[in-house]
Amino acid sequence: MTRDEIVLAIKDIIATIAPDEELGGLELEVRLRDQIELDSMDFLDIVMELRKRYGVQVPEEDYMQLATLKGCVDYLGPKLESKALVLTALKG
Amino acid sequence: MRELPRVVITGIGLASPNGDSLPQYRRNLLEGKSGVVPYNIRHVGDTFAGVCNFDPLRYQTRKEVRRGTRAGGISIWCAQEALKDAGIELASRDRARVGVYIGITEHGNVETENQIHEVAQYGFDLSFWSHHHNPRTVANNPAGEVTLSLGIPGPAYCLGGACAAGNLGLIHGMQMLQLGIVDLALGGGVSESIHTFGIFASFRSQGALARHDDASKASRPFDRDRNGIVVSEGGCLYTLERLDDALARGAKIYAEVRGYFVNSDASDFVLPSSKGQEACIRGALAHAGLGAEEIDIVNTHATSTKQGDEVECEAIRKVFSGTPTRVNNTKSYIGHTMGAAGALELAGNLPSFEDGLVHPTINVDNLDPACALDGLVLNEPARYSRGIDRILNMSFGMLGINSAVIVERYRN
Repeated sequence: MTRDEIVLAIKDIIATIAPDEELGGLELEVRLRDQIELDSMDFLDIVMELRKRYGVQVPEEDYMQLATLKGCVDYLGPKLESKALVLTALKG
Repeated sequence: MRELPRVVITGIGLASPNGDSLPQYRRNLLEGKSGVVPYNIRHVGDTFAGVCNFDPLRYQTRKEVRRGTRAGGISIWCAQEALKDAGIELASRDRARVGVYIGITEHGNVETENQIHEVAQYGFDLSFWSHHHNPRTVANNPAGEVTLSLGIPGPAYCLGGACAAGNLGLIHGMQMLQLGIVDLALGGGVSESIHTFGIFASFRSQGALARHDDASKASRPFDRDRNGIVVSEGGCLYTLERLDDALARGAKIYAEVRGYFVNSDASDFVLPSSKGQEACIRGALAHAGLGAEEIDIVNTHATSTKQGDEVECEAIRKVFSGTPTRVNNTKSYIGHTMGAAGALELAGNLPSFEDGLVHPTINVDNLDPACALDGLVLNEPARYSRGIDRILNMSFGMLGINSAVIVERYRN
């Protein structure tokens, strides 16, 4: 996956777990929780979806790395490099 | 003993397989329209179920629906509809004085099955087990979801009473009002049971799951050829208020809850007992201070099983033989809505106070002689010449729990 695709992958996961949110204008470097309504259970859902869709395990001590979209791209880049993008909510 | 305040029903919110509102539900009960449909569930395959069709997005966001349970969603629908029907704005009330009391047959099977199914795809690696499992499966989940959705900080919990549970929610709400613990109670019952294959499979193993060529005829209490239960989802919550409070705000009053009784057979895990049921009916009559002849409609629990229907008829015969009381059954239309059954089936009969009709038991092609009760209303609605003033609703459940509620037309 490219960096753009990783952003899309994360947005697709968020669209699945927070289907009422408008994700079009998400800023890359602003905390996700400051832009949309996401609580700790949602965050655990994101981690679960990464595990299910891409086989990526995110240890608890790394959770902070996923606070922004840019953080997600930086942290997940090497782990998702060889993975294919999976779209569910944003498909089509 | 001091005189307890009188308690009345002032609003009804329901989700039935054949109606999302009382008028629609009542119309279908009078027109003989079943809500039972063909249904397929994993591992069990093709069967029947009563499936509700209300729009969950009327009162919940998509995220709330996703995060919560079906029982929670049904409860929120029923609570909102009941409040709207009662003309009650929570914003103008002390919400801490609102109680939510919801009867459930079971809760948690759906989510547990879903999670086991999920981790099975991953070789039972429990890192794939959802963090949502516990909040979705705790026994207070349906009531708790109502408090979250409506912002109610008052007492809210569920009452586990097998298939007698719907009546328990109503009874407990009444008691909390009489004790002065709350000023408004949302009481009744819900069921999400059609989403757990285990309940279908268990009834099937017991030889008690309905079979028929036609879904709408599968639930057929009192018919000679009945062969089991149709599992259904549904819910019904009432707004209950002390009579004085209801009168003070000029509320519409559907009925007064006149009396109730709950007891146990203490005899078998599964098999019902006419002795226990008879004691329950007599207990409710005594609590209400009424004679059997003063009950106009007995709404039966009968689930369309061979033995269960017969046992109940025996209990009814002992109490009501020789009286003009009419007897009917609502499961013949909607199947067995489990934890919702008592409250939901009672709701279907409350309009009798207005329209003077007794909705019939449908699907009786050949009446079982063992169920041939005096006063049984079969296949067509009956008009009761003396008028309808009192209804007794019965709901029974596994482990021998029995419940009966008597409501009365309100006259000032």
